Amino acid sequence: MITIAGAGLAGLASALELARAGASVRVYEAGPEIGARSVARYAGGMLAPWCERESAGEEVITLGAGAADWWEAITPVTCRGTLVVAPPRDHAELSRFARRTTGFREVAGTGVDRLEPDLSGRFSRGLFFEREAHLDPRLALQDLVNAATALGVVINPGTAAPDRVDLDCTGIHATLPDLRPVRGEMALLHCPEVTITRTIRLLHPRFPLYLVPRGEGVFMIGATMIESSSTRPVTLRSLSELLGAAFAIHPGFAEASVIETGSGLRPAFPDNLPRLVQRDGTLHLNGLYRHGFLLAPAMAARVARHFIPETSDAHHSECQTA
Amino acid sequence: MRVYGTEITLPLFLGTAQYPSPAILQDAILSSQCEVVTVSLRRETAGGTGARFWDMLRATGARILPNTAGCHSVQEAVTTAQMARELFATDWIKLEVIGHGDTLQPDVFALVEAARILATDGFKVFPYMNDDLIVGEKLLEAGCQVLMPWGAPIGSGQGLRNPDALRAMRAHFPDTPLIVDAGIGRPSDAVLAMELGMDAVLLNTAVARAGDPVGMARAMALAVETGRLGFAADPIDRRDMAVPSTPVLGLAELM
Repeated sequence: MITIAGAGLAGLASALELARAGASVRVYEAGPEIGARSVARYAGGMLAPWCERESAGEEVITLGAGAADWWEAITPVTCRGTLVVAPPRDHAELSRFARRTTGFREVAGTGVDRLEPDLSGRFSRGLFFEREAHLDPRLALQDLVNAATALGVVINPGTAAPDRVDLDCTGIHATLPDLRPVRGEMALLHCPEVTITRTIRLLHPRFPLYLVPRGEGVFMIGATMIESSSTRPVTLRSLSELLGAAFAIHPGFAEASVIETGSGLRPAFPDNLPRLVQRDGTLHLNGLYRHGFLLAPAMAARVARHFIPETSDAHHSECQTA
Repeated sequence: MRVYGTEITLPLFLGTAQYPSPAILQDAILSSQCEVVTVSLRRETAGGTGARFWDMLRATGARILPNTAGCHSVQEAVTTAQMARELFATDWIKLEVIGHGDTLQPDVFALVEAARILATDGFKVFPYMNDDLIVGEKLLEAGCQVLMPWGAPIGSGQGLRNPDALRAMRAHFPDTPLIVDAGIGRPSDAVLAMELGMDAVLLNTAVARAGDPVGMARAMALAVETGRLGFAADPIDRRDMAVPSTPVLGLAELM
């Protein structure tokens, strides 16, 4: 029996990978509902390794390129790519983004119009990352629970983990050296007047924004990145920046209803990449930062290889000791 | 450079925002051997909530110069400075009072007022200003002992838009430390600032958003050193006509 603390994204993905490898698994969740305390609830759910490479190490591609396939086996994944645009006066940002990334093709204004007719005439240039995808984080968490329990994983919500577990996936609640919180804020908009079918990233020197369609006229916009452990609700400053940027993508968002706002603390290590850390007899999977849905599958597979070496190709060096 | 009684060897101040990761920021500080880093204090990070990030900065050994980036009024800047003094246990403050959201120009009237309040309260104020001589005089009157004129709008990477104004500042304030703050895009901009006789350069975006921030931090450190040596060595003046570098007189007579 392998015991896991935390039924968030990292814990559930690890539980599923371990169960697939034949282990019996029990997951303890301190919160009353599975995933209710998980920062993943507020994620964009983007599976966008090539875009993320702009500000992250090569690992986001090597570990994240297979994420869409992994998720597709358990939850609906929208594979329509990412469209990156910038207002005319910030075209330098678009050139910079293009220099730092691969896996896209440049599209002119007419190409933008063809991809997203509602954006017709609004952007004269864009970068299209065709292989990228997105999912609905809350649905994906629920589907992850279903997939894991179908394989016999036992999840105990409302139950504090015992003092010692095999795997700690408690995110920012874990006490690990070098782990820090990076606050993020988001909003959900309901705007049936605007039709956008894929993730849009708006580049802006001060407040870059992504907009992810959730279907049924709902859009998620995010997300701020603040070096803070504050858990207070979204601030007016952040919200006005997010909403202003949404308005810059399409003025139709002026009529949107703001149906939810949220904030959460992403756990991150100094290099902003996830790690497996062995500490006092417990393995920690943590530091997924803003790459939870993108990197959880590959990290969960590493967890499984750690506990069940026969599934491994001898990757024992993947874990470090704290 | 000596500023507020503190000797600073490398004339480069680095901002700490926008880096791909804190690990890269740490490496950039270490690779440049920069001695002073500025940190912005948002309300969001007040109450010690940004502590983990600040601990990483302190671990570099660099001196922390808190700033009031993003403040648009005297009251906001003064409050932020007071919070910063408590959090970072320093009376140094880089004072920014922004006048316009798009250009991020300093509101020099509010700047002078805030500088006076803070200097009276015992702060050692580093004012982010434009390159106006009279504003500089008012800031010195208000109690500042250093001036930080911009080279170009913050984050624009335009370099020094008005080198003549900076030269005039140098001549007008021969004994005041002058630090070019904002606008530097490339190492050559930093060289030019130092060749104009500036005492130091403060920059953030040029390093943080470079493809290789660690490499760029090192390049900037070499650039400020190069420019300083060049200025100290008294460069020659430009001429319109060539002057042969080999002597014209006494050429060997050819048979």
